[in-house]
Amino acid sequence: MELIATSAATEPKKAGCHASGCGSSDDSLAHLPDALREQVQNHPCFSEKAHHHFARMHVAVAPACNIQCNYCNRKYDCSNESRPGVVSEVLSPDQAVRKVKAVAAAIPQMTVLGIAGPGDPLANPERTFTTFRRLAEETPDIKLCVSTNGLRLPEFADEIARYNIQHVTITINCLDPDIGARIYPWIYWNHRRIRGRKAAKILIRNQLKGLEMLVERGVLVKVNSVMIPGVNDAHLEEVSRVVKDKGAFLHNVMPLIAEAEHGTFYGLTGQRAPSGAELRRLQDSCADSMSMMRHCRQCRADAVGMLGEDRGQEFTLDKIEHLEVDYSAAMEKRRRVQAAIMKTLNAATDPAPAPQANGPEVLMAVASKGQGVINEHFGHAREFLLYRVDGNQVEPLGARKVDLYCTGSSDCPEEENRLQGHLDALADCAAVLCAKIGFGPWQQLEALGIQPSGAYAYEPIEEALMHFYQELLGDGKLESQRGVQASA
Amino acid sequence: MPLSITDRCVNCYACQDVCPSQAISRGAQQFHIDPAACTECAGHFADPQCASICPVEEALLDADGKTIHPPGSLTGIPSTLRAPRNHQGDPLRVLP
Repeated sequence: MELIATSAATEPKKAGCHASGCGSSDDSLAHLPDALREQVQNHPCFSEKAHHHFARMHVAVAPACNIQCNYCNRKYDCSNESRPGVVSEVLSPDQAVRKVKAVAAAIPQMTVLGIAGPGDPLANPERTFTTFRRLAEETPDIKLCVSTNGLRLPEFADEIARYNIQHVTITINCLDPDIGARIYPWIYWNHRRIRGRKAAKILIRNQLKGLEMLVERGVLVKVNSVMIPGVNDAHLEEVSRVVKDKGAFLHNVMPLIAEAEHGTFYGLTGQRAPSGAELRRLQDSCADSMSMMRHCRQCRADAVGMLGEDRGQEFTLDKIEHLEVDYSAAMEKRRRVQAAIMKTLNAATDPAPAPQANGPEVLMAVASKGQGVINEHFGHAREFLLYRVDGNQVEPLGARKVDLYCTGSSDCPEEENRLQGHLDALADCAAVLCAKIGFGPWQQLEALGIQPSGAYAYEPIEEALMHFYQELLGDGKLESQRGVQASA
Repeated sequence: MPLSITDRCVNCYACQDVCPSQAISRGAQQFHIDPAACTECAGHFADPQCASICPVEEALLDADGKTIHPPGSLTGIPSTLRAPRNHQGDPLRVLP
Protein backbone atom coordinates (compact mmCIF):
# COMPACT_ATOMS: atom_id res chain seq x y z
CA MET A 1 0.00 0.00 0.00
CA GLU A 2 2.44 2.55 -0.36
CA LEU A 3 4.95 4.13 -2.19
CA ILE A 4 7.09 6.23 -4.12
CA ALA A 5 7.81 9.48 -3.57
CA THR A 6 7.60 12.63 -3.06
CA SER A 7 7.31 15.91 -2.15
CA ALA A 8 3.65 16.16 -2.81
CA ALA A 9 2.74 15.85 0.79
CA THR A 10 4.95 18.67 1.86
CA GLU A 11 3.95 21.08 -0.86
CA PRO A 12 1.52 23.81 0.06
CA LYS A 13 -1.93 22.35 0.27
CA LYS A 14 -4.20 23.18 -2.60
CA ALA A 15 -7.27 25.06 -1.68
CA GLY A 16 -10.72 23.70 -2.10
CA CYS A 17 -12.20 20.31 -1.87
CA HIS A 18 -15.38 20.05 -3.78
CA ALA A 19 -18.52 18.27 -2.99
CA SER A 20 -18.15 15.96 -5.89
CA GLY A 21 -14.83 14.74 -4.60
CA CYS A 22 -12.11 15.53 -2.18
CA GLY A 23 -9.52 16.91 -4.48
CA SER A 24 -6.88 17.99 -2.06
CA SER A 25 -6.34 14.48 -0.88
CA ASP A 26 -5.79 13.17 -4.36
CA ASP A 27 -3.13 15.77 -4.79
CA SER A 28 -1.04 13.61 -2.53
CA LEU A 29 -0.96 11.12 -5.38
CA ALA A 30 0.23 13.79 -7.78
CA HIS A 31 3.74 12.37 -7.72
CA LEU A 32 2.61 9.25 -9.55
CA PRO A 33 3.46 8.89 -13.20
CA ASP A 34 0.39 9.55 -15.38
CA ALA A 35 -0.15 5.91 -16.22
CA LEU A 36 -0.23 4.97 -12.55
CA ARG A 37 -2.45 7.87 -11.64
CA GLU A 38 -4.87 6.64 -14.24
CA GLN A 39 -4.82 3.24 -12.57
CA VAL A 40 -5.90 4.60 -9.22
CA GLN A 41 -8.32 7.30 -10.30
CA ASN A 42 -11.32 4.96 -10.17
CA HIS A 43 -10.08 2.90 -7.25
CA PRO A 44 -12.16 3.70 -4.17
CA CYS A 45 -9.48 2.58 -1.73
CA PHE A 46 -6.60 4.51 -3.27
CA SER A 47 -8.31 7.65 -4.41
CA GLU A 48 -10.13 9.76 -1.86
CA LYS A 49 -11.89 11.40 -4.75
CA ALA A 50 -13.06 8.11 -6.26
CA HIS A 51 -14.45 6.61 -3.10
CA HIS A 52 -17.63 8.65 -3.16
CA HIS A 53 -18.48 7.25 -6.58
CA PHE A 54 -16.88 3.90 -7.25
CA ALA A 55 -17.49 0.66 -5.39
CA ARG A 56 -15.37 -2.32 -4.46
CA MET A 57 -15.92 -5.88 -3.40
CA HIS A 58 -13.96 -8.55 -1.57
CA VAL A 59 -14.44 -12.26 -2.14
CA ALA A 60 -13.70 -14.48 0.83
CA VAL A 61 -11.86 -17.36 -0.80
CA ALA A 62 -8.85 -17.40 1.51
CA PRO A 63 -9.68 -18.80 4.95
CA ALA A 64 -6.27 -20.20 5.93
CA CYS A 65 -3.58 -18.09 7.58
CA ASN A 66 0.10 -18.65 8.21
CA ILE A 67 0.68 -16.20 11.04
CA GLN A 68 -1.10 -15.18 14.23
CA CYS A 69 -1.59 -11.51 15.05
CA ASN A 70 -2.50 -10.39 18.54
CA TYR A 71 -5.42 -8.35 17.19
CA CYS A 72 -7.05 -11.29 15.44
CA ASN A 73 -9.27 -14.08 16.71
CA ARG A 74 -9.55 -16.82 14.08
CA LYS A 75 -12.76 -18.04 15.63
CA TYR A 76 -14.75 -14.90 15.47
CA ASP A 77 -17.50 -14.35 12.98
CA CYS A 78 -20.31 -11.96 13.68
CA SER A 79 -22.53 -10.21 11.20
CA ASN A 80 -22.65 -7.14 13.45
CA GLU A 81 -18.96 -6.57 13.03
CA SER A 82 -17.26 -4.86 10.18
CA ARG A 83 -13.53 -5.27 10.25
CA PRO A 84 -10.80 -7.11 8.38
CA GLY A 85 -10.62 -10.84 8.87
CA VAL A 86 -14.29 -11.22 9.65
CA VAL A 87 -16.47 -12.96 7.12
CA SER A 88 -19.61 -15.02 7.12
CA GLU A 89 -19.39 -17.31 4.13
CA VAL A 90 -16.20 -18.74 2.63
CA LEU A 91 -16.48 -19.17 -1.15
CA SER A 92 -14.89 -21.57 -3.60
CA PRO A 93 -13.20 -19.93 -6.59
CA ASP A 94 -16.17 -20.96 -8.73
CA GLN A 95 -18.65 -19.36 -6.35
CA ALA A 96 -16.45 -16.28 -6.12
CA VAL A 97 -16.43 -15.77 -9.90
CA ARG A 98 -20.21 -16.17 -9.96
CA LYS A 99 -20.58 -13.60 -7.20
CA VAL A 100 -18.25 -11.13 -8.91
CA LYS A 101 -20.28 -11.30 -12.11
CA ALA A 102 -23.55 -10.86 -10.24
CA VAL A 103 -22.24 -7.82 -8.38
CA ALA A 104 -20.61 -6.35 -11.50
CA ALA A 105 -23.95 -6.51 -13.31
CA ALA A 106 -25.96 -5.11 -10.41
CA ILE A 107 -23.49 -2.41 -9.32
CA PRO A 108 -21.90 -1.11 -12.52
CA GLN A 109 -19.74 1.36 -10.59
CA MET A 110 -17.91 -1.57 -8.95
CA THR A 111 -14.41 -1.25 -10.37
CA VAL A 112 -12.27 -3.23 -7.98
CA LEU A 113 -12.18 -6.82 -6.77
CA GLY A 114 -9.98 -7.67 -3.84
CA ILE A 115 -9.04 -10.85 -2.06
CA ALA A 116 -8.30 -9.99 1.53
CA GLY A 117 -9.02 -13.04 3.61
CA PRO A 118 -10.50 -13.93 5.99
CA GLY A 119 -7.03 -15.52 6.39
CA ASP A 120 -4.05 -14.58 4.25
CA PRO A 121 -4.62 -14.82 0.48
CA LEU A 122 -1.07 -16.07 -0.14
CA ALA A 123 -1.50 -18.81 2.45
CA ASN A 124 -4.28 -20.05 0.12
CA PRO A 125 -2.42 -19.86 -3.19
CA GLU A 126 -4.58 -22.37 -5.08
CA ARG A 127 -7.89 -20.75 -4.18
CA THR A 128 -6.56 -17.21 -4.54
CA PHE A 129 -4.80 -17.59 -7.88
CA THR A 130 -7.49 -19.80 -9.43
CA THR A 131 -9.94 -17.00 -8.65
CA PHE A 132 -7.63 -14.31 -10.06
CA ARG A 133 -6.85 -16.32 -13.20
CA ARG A 134 -10.52 -16.84 -13.98
CA LEU A 135 -11.43 -13.23 -13.28
CA ALA A 136 -8.59 -11.96 -15.47
CA GLU A 137 -10.09 -14.03 -18.30
CA GLU A 138 -13.81 -13.65 -17.67
CA THR A 139 -14.19 -10.17 -16.19
CA PRO A 140 -11.31 -8.25 -17.80
CA ASP A 141 -12.77 -4.83 -16.94
CA ILE A 142 -12.36 -5.33 -13.20
CA LYS A 143 -9.17 -4.31 -11.41
CA LEU A 144 -7.70 -7.01 -9.20
CA CYS A 145 -6.13 -6.41 -5.79
CA VAL A 146 -4.80 -8.57 -3.03
CA SER A 147 -3.80 -7.89 0.56
CA THR A 148 -1.31 -9.99 2.44
CA ASN A 149 0.76 -10.24 5.56
CA GLY A 150 3.72 -10.62 3.19
CA LEU A 151 5.18 -13.84 4.58
CA ARG A 152 4.97 -15.63 1.23
CA LEU A 153 5.20 -12.57 -0.97
CA PRO A 154 8.72 -13.20 -2.36
CA GLU A 155 7.52 -16.61 -3.51
CA PHE A 156 4.48 -15.25 -5.34
CA ALA A 157 5.63 -11.86 -6.65
CA ASP A 158 5.99 -13.24 -10.18
CA GLU A 159 2.60 -14.87 -10.14
CA ILE A 160 0.98 -11.66 -8.90
CA ALA A 161 2.53 -9.75 -11.78
CA ARG A 162 1.43 -12.45 -14.24
CA TYR A 163 -2.29 -12.15 -13.45
CA ASN A 164 -2.20 -8.45 -13.92
CA ILE A 165 -2.94 -7.78 -10.28
CA GLN A 166 -2.32 -4.07 -10.19
CA HIS A 167 -2.47 -3.35 -6.51
CA VAL A 168 -1.10 -5.17 -3.51
CA THR A 169 -1.52 -4.18 0.10
CA ILE A 170 1.03 -5.46 2.60
CA THR A 171 0.33 -5.14 6.30
CA ILE A 172 3.61 -4.04 7.87
CA ASN A 173 3.25 -3.17 11.54
CA CYS A 174 6.93 -2.81 12.38
CA LEU A 175 10.50 -3.13 11.14
CA ASP A 176 11.96 -4.05 14.52
CA PRO A 177 11.68 -7.77 15.41
CA ASP A 178 11.51 -6.95 19.11
CA ILE A 179 8.36 -4.97 18.46
CA GLY A 180 7.17 -7.70 16.11
CA ALA A 181 7.46 -10.26 18.87
CA ARG A 182 4.83 -8.26 20.78
CA ILE A 183 2.45 -8.31 17.79
CA TYR A 184 2.92 -11.77 16.25
CA PRO A 185 3.06 -14.77 18.60
CA TRP A 186 3.98 -17.20 15.81
CA ILE A 187 4.35 -17.81 12.08
CA TYR A 188 4.22 -21.02 10.02
CA TRP A 189 7.35 -21.04 7.90
CA ASN A 190 9.38 -23.78 6.28
CA HIS A 191 7.03 -26.44 7.64
CA ARG A 192 7.48 -25.31 11.22
CA ARG A 193 5.72 -23.12 13.72
CA ILE A 194 8.22 -20.45 14.68
CA ARG A 195 7.70 -18.13 17.63
CA GLY A 196 8.90 -14.88 19.11
CA ARG A 197 11.59 -12.58 17.78
CA LYS A 198 12.83 -15.12 15.26
CA ALA A 199 9.35 -15.38 13.73
CA ALA A 200 8.98 -11.61 13.52
CA LYS A 201 12.41 -11.30 11.90
CA ILE A 202 11.51 -13.72 9.11
CA LEU A 203 8.14 -12.05 8.56
CA ILE A 204 9.60 -8.54 8.36
CA ARG A 205 12.41 -9.67 6.04
CA ASN A 206 9.89 -11.25 3.66
CA GLN A 207 7.54 -8.26 3.78
CA LEU A 208 10.31 -5.86 2.75
CA LYS A 209 11.75 -8.23 0.15
CA GLY A 210 8.25 -8.77 -1.28
CA LEU A 211 7.64 -5.03 -1.38
CA GLU A 212 10.83 -4.48 -3.37
CA MET A 213 10.05 -7.33 -5.76
CA LEU A 214 6.57 -6.01 -6.49
CA VAL A 215 7.81 -2.50 -7.09
CA GLU A 216 10.44 -3.89 -9.51
CA ARG A 217 7.63 -5.61 -11.37
CA GLY A 218 5.56 -2.46 -11.68
CA VAL A 219 2.88 -3.44 -9.16
CA LEU A 220 1.46 -0.60 -7.05
CA VAL A 221 2.02 -1.33 -3.38
CA LYS A 222 0.20 0.20 -0.44
CA VAL A 223 1.28 -0.54 3.13
CA ASN A 224 -1.22 -0.95 5.96
CA SER A 225 -0.12 -0.56 9.57
CA VAL A 226 -2.21 -1.12 12.66
CA MET A 227 -1.51 1.55 15.26
CA ILE A 228 -1.09 -0.14 18.64
CA PRO A 229 -0.47 2.42 21.42
CA GLY A 230 2.59 1.59 23.48
CA VAL A 231 3.68 -1.13 21.08
CA ASN A 232 4.38 0.32 17.64
CA ASP A 233 2.93 3.85 17.66
CA ALA A 234 6.28 5.57 18.14
CA HIS A 235 7.81 3.35 15.45
CA LEU A 236 5.33 3.88 12.62
CA GLU A 237 6.86 7.10 11.34
CA GLU A 238 9.99 5.10 10.60
CA VAL A 239 7.91 2.40 8.92
CA SER A 240 6.38 5.11 6.76
CA ARG A 241 9.80 6.43 5.71
CA VAL A 242 11.28 3.03 4.96
CA VAL A 243 8.37 1.68 2.92
CA LYS A 244 8.34 4.88 0.93
CA ASP A 245 12.06 4.50 0.23
CA LYS A 246 11.40 0.99 -0.98
CA GLY A 247 8.75 2.18 -3.39
CA ALA A 248 5.36 1.88 -1.69
CA PHE A 249 3.02 4.62 -2.94
CA LEU A 250 0.62 4.98 -0.05
CA HIS A 251 0.58 4.31 3.68
CA ASN A 252 -2.58 3.53 5.59
CA VAL A 253 -2.26 3.75 9.37
CA MET A 254 -5.35 2.17 10.88
CA PRO A 255 -6.49 2.18 14.50
CA LEU A 256 -6.25 -1.05 16.49
CA ILE A 257 -9.64 -2.65 17.09
CA ALA A 258 -9.44 -4.40 20.45
CA GLU A 259 -12.66 -5.08 22.30
CA ALA A 260 -12.64 -7.73 25.01
CA GLU A 261 -15.68 -9.39 23.45
CA HIS A 262 -13.73 -10.06 20.27
CA GLY A 263 -11.64 -12.54 22.26
CA THR A 264 -8.30 -11.38 20.85
CA PHE A 265 -5.07 -11.25 22.85
CA TYR A 266 -5.10 -7.47 22.81
CA GLY A 267 -8.83 -7.30 23.56
CA LEU A 268 -8.55 -9.59 26.57
CA THR A 269 -5.31 -8.22 27.98
CA GLY A 270 -6.58 -4.65 28.03
CA GLN A 271 -4.45 -3.24 25.22
CA ARG A 272 -6.16 0.03 24.41
CA ALA A 273 -7.01 1.37 20.98
CA PRO A 274 -5.77 4.82 19.93
CA SER A 275 -8.16 7.74 20.21
CA GLY A 276 -9.24 9.44 17.01
CA ALA A 277 -7.02 12.40 17.86
CA GLU A 278 -3.96 10.18 18.45
CA LEU A 279 -4.49 8.45 15.13
CA ARG A 280 -4.81 11.75 13.32
CA ARG A 281 -1.65 13.14 14.93
CA LEU A 282 0.34 10.08 13.86
CA GLN A 283 -1.09 10.25 10.35
CA ASP A 284 -0.15 13.92 10.24
CA SER A 285 3.45 13.25 11.25
CA CYS A 286 3.80 10.41 8.76
CA ALA A 287 2.41 12.69 6.07
CA ASP A 288 5.55 14.79 6.24
CA SER A 289 7.37 12.08 4.36
CA MET A 290 4.71 9.83 2.85
CA SER A 291 1.32 9.94 1.14
CA MET A 292 -1.22 8.85 3.69
CA MET A 293 -4.54 7.16 3.10
CA ARG A 294 -7.14 8.66 5.39
CA HIS A 295 -10.44 7.29 4.20
CA CYS A 296 -9.97 3.58 4.98
CA ARG A 297 -13.08 1.95 6.43
CA GLN A 298 -11.43 -1.29 7.60
CA CYS A 299 -13.80 -3.38 5.51
CA ARG A 300 -14.74 -6.97 6.06
CA ALA A 301 -13.16 -9.66 3.91
CA ASP A 302 -16.50 -10.08 2.10
CA ALA A 303 -17.58 -6.43 1.81
CA VAL A 304 -19.59 -5.35 -1.24
CA GLY A 305 -20.47 -1.82 -2.32
CA MET A 306 -19.17 1.69 -1.73
CA LEU A 307 -16.62 2.13 1.05
CA GLY A 308 -18.50 2.32 4.32
CA GLU A 309 -21.48 0.35 3.05
CA ASP A 310 -21.95 -3.37 2.81
CA ARG A 311 -24.44 -4.84 0.38
CA GLY A 312 -23.17 -8.38 0.89
CA GLN A 313 -26.59 -9.59 2.00
CA GLU A 314 -27.94 -8.93 -1.51
CA PHE A 315 -25.44 -11.38 -2.99
CA THR A 316 -25.40 -14.39 -0.71
CA LEU A 317 -24.81 -17.80 -2.28
CA ASP A 318 -28.46 -18.81 -2.29
CA LYS A 319 -29.33 -15.61 -4.16
CA ILE A 320 -26.69 -15.92 -6.87
CA GLU A 321 -26.58 -19.68 -7.29
CA HIS A 322 -28.94 -19.82 -10.24
CA LEU A 323 -28.31 -16.34 -11.55
CA GLU A 324 -27.13 -16.22 -15.16
CA VAL A 325 -25.25 -13.04 -15.98
CA ASP A 326 -24.73 -11.85 -19.55
CA TYR A 327 -21.29 -10.43 -18.87
CA SER A 328 -20.79 -8.79 -22.27
CA ALA A 329 -23.96 -6.78 -21.77
CA ALA A 330 -22.96 -5.98 -18.20
CA MET A 331 -19.53 -4.86 -19.38
CA GLU A 332 -21.05 -2.45 -21.89
CA LYS A 333 -23.31 -0.94 -19.23
CA ARG A 334 -20.40 -0.72 -16.81
CA ARG A 335 -18.31 1.08 -19.37
CA ARG A 336 -21.02 3.70 -19.91
CA VAL A 337 -21.72 4.23 -16.21
CA GLN A 338 -18.05 4.48 -15.29
CA ALA A 339 -17.27 6.86 -18.14
CA ALA A 340 -20.09 9.13 -16.97
CA ILE A 341 -18.70 9.13 -13.43
CA MET A 342 -15.19 9.97 -14.63
CA LYS A 343 -16.61 12.80 -16.70
CA THR A 344 -18.35 14.25 -13.65
CA LEU A 345 -15.23 13.84 -11.55
CA ASN A 346 -12.99 15.53 -14.08
CA ALA A 347 -15.45 18.36 -14.61
CA ALA A 348 -15.57 18.95 -10.88
CA THR A 349 -11.96 19.97 -10.54
CA ASP A 350 -12.76 23.63 -11.01
CA PRO A 351 -11.11 26.19 -8.78
CA ALA A 352 -12.13 26.68 -5.21
CA PRO A 353 -14.35 29.53 -4.12
CA ALA A 354 -12.39 32.64 -3.33
CA PRO A 355 -10.98 32.60 0.16
CA GLN A 356 -13.05 34.57 2.57
CA ALA A 357 -12.31 35.67 6.06
CA ASN A 358 -9.45 33.79 7.60
CA GLY A 359 -10.03 31.96 10.82
CA PRO A 360 -8.57 29.30 13.07
CA GLU A 361 -8.03 25.78 11.80
CA VAL A 362 -10.68 23.47 13.26
CA LEU A 363 -11.90 19.92 12.84
CA MET A 364 -15.44 19.46 11.55
CA ALA A 365 -17.36 16.21 11.22
CA VAL A 366 -20.04 15.13 8.76
CA ALA A 367 -22.59 12.31 8.86
CA SER A 368 -22.81 10.91 5.35
CA LYS A 369 -23.82 7.68 3.67
CA GLY A 370 -21.81 8.59 0.58
CA GLN A 371 -22.27 10.38 -2.74
CA GLY A 372 -20.43 13.35 -1.28
CA VAL A 373 -23.48 14.83 0.45
CA ILE A 374 -24.67 15.21 4.04
CA ASN A 375 -27.33 12.53 4.09
CA GLU A 376 -27.12 10.64 7.37
CA HIS A 377 -29.12 11.11 10.58
CA PHE A 378 -26.83 11.87 13.52
CA GLY A 379 -28.15 8.97 15.58
CA HIS A 380 -27.81 6.48 12.74
CA ALA A 381 -24.26 7.35 11.80
CA ARG A 382 -21.78 4.51 12.31
CA GLU A 383 -18.93 6.76 11.30
CA PHE A 384 -18.22 10.43 10.75
CA LEU A 385 -16.17 11.95 7.94
CA LEU A 386 -13.59 14.30 9.36
CA TYR A 387 -12.37 17.49 7.74
CA ARG A 388 -9.80 20.07 8.69
CA VAL A 389 -11.26 23.47 7.86
CA ASP A 390 -9.84 26.95 7.93
CA GLY A 391 -10.99 30.08 6.16
CA ASN A 392 -9.41 28.96 2.89
CA GLN A 393 -9.80 25.25 2.50
CA VAL A 394 -11.52 22.07 3.46
CA GLU A 395 -9.18 19.11 3.78
CA PRO A 396 -10.56 15.58 4.21
CA LEU A 397 -8.95 13.57 7.00
CA GLY A 398 -10.90 10.36 6.54
CA ALA A 399 -13.58 8.56 8.46
CA ARG A 400 -13.79 8.00 12.17
CA LYS A 401 -15.83 5.04 13.33
CA VAL A 402 -18.37 5.36 16.09
CA ASP A 403 -17.76 2.89 18.85
CA LEU A 404 -20.91 0.80 18.78
CA TYR A 405 -21.06 -2.21 20.97
CA CYS A 406 -23.84 -4.37 19.79
CA THR A 407 -26.59 -3.37 17.41
CA GLY A 408 -29.65 -5.40 16.75
CA SER A 409 -29.62 -7.32 20.00
CA SER A 410 -32.46 -6.65 22.40
CA ASP A 411 -30.34 -7.05 25.52
CA CYS A 412 -27.94 -4.36 24.41
CA PRO A 413 -28.30 -0.90 26.00
CA GLU A 414 -28.13 0.43 22.51
CA GLU A 415 -29.26 4.02 22.80
CA GLU A 416 -26.96 5.00 25.65
CA ASN A 417 -23.94 3.31 24.19
CA ARG A 418 -24.60 4.76 20.83
CA LEU A 419 -24.80 8.33 22.01
CA GLN A 420 -21.69 8.04 24.16
CA GLY A 421 -19.86 6.51 21.20
CA HIS A 422 -20.93 9.44 19.03
CA LEU A 423 -19.80 11.98 21.60
CA ASP A 424 -16.43 10.24 22.04
CA ALA A 425 -15.84 10.13 18.30
CA LEU A 426 -16.43 13.87 18.03
CA ALA A 427 -14.51 14.95 21.13
CA ASP A 428 -11.93 17.06 19.28
CA CYS A 429 -14.33 18.53 16.70
CA ALA A 430 -15.68 22.05 16.60
CA ALA A 431 -18.85 21.16 14.70
CA VAL A 432 -20.85 18.30 13.24
CA LEU A 433 -23.14 18.44 10.22
CA CYS A 434 -25.83 15.84 9.65
CA ALA A 435 -29.13 15.36 7.83
CA LYS A 436 -31.10 15.41 11.06
CA ILE A 437 -30.42 15.40 14.78
CA GLY A 438 -32.56 14.94 17.89
CA PHE A 439 -32.93 17.51 20.65
CA GLY A 440 -31.14 15.46 23.33
CA PRO A 441 -27.96 14.83 21.35
CA TRP A 442 -28.02 18.45 20.19
CA GLN A 443 -27.95 19.71 23.78
CA GLN A 444 -25.20 17.30 24.79
CA LEU A 445 -23.06 18.29 21.84
CA GLU A 446 -23.46 21.96 22.63
CA ALA A 447 -22.57 21.30 26.25
CA LEU A 448 -19.31 19.81 24.99
CA GLY A 449 -18.62 22.85 22.84
CA ILE A 450 -19.44 21.08 19.57
CA GLN A 451 -21.77 22.99 17.25
CA PRO A 452 -24.32 20.69 15.59
CA SER A 453 -26.25 21.56 12.45
CA GLY A 454 -28.95 19.86 10.44
CA ALA A 455 -29.35 22.86 8.18
CA TYR A 456 -27.25 21.45 5.35
CA ALA A 457 -29.14 18.21 4.81
CA TYR A 458 -28.47 16.67 1.38
CA GLU A 459 -26.06 19.43 0.43
CA PRO A 460 -22.57 18.80 -0.92
CA ILE A 461 -20.15 18.27 1.96
CA GLU A 462 -17.29 20.66 1.27
CA GLU A 463 -19.45 23.64 0.36
CA ALA A 464 -21.62 23.09 3.41
CA LEU A 465 -18.57 22.87 5.65
CA MET A 466 -17.12 26.10 4.32
CA HIS A 467 -20.46 27.85 4.65
CA PHE A 468 -21.06 26.67 8.22
CA TYR A 469 -17.47 27.54 9.14
CA GLN A 470 -17.96 31.10 7.92
CA GLU A 471 -21.25 31.31 9.80
CA LEU A 472 -19.66 30.14 13.06
CA LEU A 473 -16.72 32.44 12.51
CA GLY A 474 -19.08 35.36 11.93
CA ASP A 475 -20.96 34.52 15.13
CA GLY A 476 -17.69 34.45 17.05
CA LYS A 477 -18.21 30.78 17.90
CA LEU A 478 -14.95 29.45 16.58
CA GLU A 479 -12.52 31.21 18.86
CA SER A 480 -13.33 29.12 21.86
CA GLN A 481 -13.52 25.86 19.95
CA ARG A 482 -11.00 23.18 20.48
CA GLY A 483 -9.46 23.11 17.10
CA VAL A 484 -6.68 21.20 15.49
CA GLN A 485 -3.92 23.14 17.10
CA ALA A 486 -5.46 23.12 20.52
CA SER A 487 -5.80 19.35 20.51
CA ALA A 488 -2.50 18.62 18.87
CA MET B 1 -0.62 -43.25 14.72
CA PRO B 2 -3.21 -40.66 13.76
CA LEU B 3 -3.99 -37.19 15.02
CA SER B 4 -7.62 -36.09 15.26
CA ILE B 5 -9.63 -32.87 15.09
CA THR B 6 -12.11 -31.68 17.75
CA ASP B 7 -15.20 -29.50 17.51
CA ARG B 8 -13.09 -26.42 18.24
CA CYS B 9 -12.03 -26.50 14.57
CA VAL B 10 -12.99 -23.28 12.74
CA ASN B 11 -12.85 -24.79 9.23
CA CYS B 12 -10.04 -22.60 7.93
CA TYR B 13 -8.59 -25.21 5.54
CA ALA B 14 -5.02 -24.53 6.69
CA CYS B 15 -4.33 -28.10 7.80
CA GLN B 16 -5.79 -29.64 4.66
CA ASP B 17 -3.49 -27.54 2.49
CA VAL B 18 -0.31 -28.57 4.29
CA CYS B 19 -0.99 -32.27 4.91
CA PRO B 20 1.53 -34.31 2.87
CA SER B 21 -0.66 -37.43 3.04
CA GLN B 22 -3.96 -35.94 1.84
CA ALA B 23 -5.42 -37.35 5.02
CA ILE B 24 -7.58 -34.33 5.86
CA SER B 25 -11.00 -33.60 4.38
CA ARG B 26 -13.92 -31.36 5.13
CA GLY B 27 -16.66 -33.03 7.15
CA ALA B 28 -20.21 -31.97 7.89
CA GLN B 29 -19.26 -29.87 10.93
CA GLN B 30 -15.51 -29.57 10.73
CA PHE B 31 -12.41 -30.98 9.11
CA HIS B 32 -11.60 -34.62 9.68
CA ILE B 33 -8.39 -36.67 9.65
CA ASP B 34 -8.54 -40.11 8.03
CA PRO B 35 -6.82 -42.27 10.66
CA ALA B 36 -5.72 -44.76 8.02
CA ALA B 37 -3.95 -42.11 5.97
CA CYS B 38 -2.39 -39.99 8.74
CA THR B 39 1.28 -40.73 9.37
CA GLU B 40 1.91 -37.77 11.71
CA CYS B 41 4.12 -36.67 8.81
CA ALA B 42 6.74 -39.33 9.62
CA GLY B 43 9.24 -39.43 6.78
CA HIS B 44 8.03 -36.06 5.46
CA PHE B 45 8.63 -33.48 8.16
CA ALA B 46 9.99 -33.18 11.66
CA ASP B 47 6.65 -32.00 13.05
CA PRO B 48 3.09 -32.94 12.07
CA GLN B 49 2.10 -30.18 9.66
CA CYS B 50 -1.51 -29.76 10.79
CA ALA B 51 -0.24 -29.22 14.32
CA SER B 52 2.31 -26.68 13.05
CA ILE B 53 -0.23 -24.39 11.35
CA CYS B 54 -3.52 -24.91 13.24
CA PRO B 55 -4.42 -21.52 14.79
CA VAL B 56 -6.98 -22.75 17.29
CA GLU B 57 -6.22 -24.07 20.74
CA GLU B 58 -7.69 -27.46 21.71
CA ALA B 59 -8.63 -28.27 18.11
CA LEU B 60 -6.12 -31.10 17.61
CA LEU B 61 -5.55 -34.24 19.64
CA ASP B 62 -2.48 -36.44 19.48
CA ALA B 63 -2.58 -40.20 19.05
CA ASP B 64 -3.25 -40.62 22.77
CA GLY B 65 -6.21 -38.26 22.65
CA LYS B 66 -4.32 -35.51 24.45
CA THR B 67 -4.76 -31.91 23.32
CA ILE B 68 -1.73 -30.68 21.39
CA HIS B 69 -2.34 -26.96 21.92
CA PRO B 70 -3.67 -26.31 25.42
CA PRO B 71 -5.33 -22.96 26.21
CA GLY B 72 -2.85 -20.09 25.95
CA SER B 73 -0.25 -22.05 23.98
CA LEU B 74 -1.01 -20.35 20.64
CA THR B 75 -2.61 -17.05 21.56
CA GLY B 76 -0.70 -16.32 24.75
CA ILE B 77 -4.00 -15.43 26.42
CA PRO B 78 -3.79 -16.40 30.11
CA SER B 79 -6.61 -18.71 31.14
CA THR B 80 -7.75 -16.20 33.77
CA LEU B 81 -8.58 -13.76 30.98
CA ARG B 82 -10.32 -16.14 28.64
CA ALA B 83 -13.79 -15.09 27.69
CA PRO B 84 -16.66 -17.13 29.11
CA ARG B 85 -17.83 -19.68 26.57
CA ASN B 86 -21.16 -21.02 25.50
CA HIS B 87 -21.90 -24.73 25.08
CA GLN B 88 -20.29 -24.68 21.65
CA GLY B 89 -17.05 -23.39 23.05
CA ASP B 90 -17.45 -19.97 21.47
CA PRO B 91 -16.76 -16.86 23.50
CA LEU B 92 -19.86 -15.23 24.89
CA ARG B 93 -20.44 -11.61 24.18
CA VAL B 94 -19.61 -9.54 27.18
CA LEU B 95 -21.90 -6.59 27.47
CA PRO B 96 -20.34 -3.42 28.77
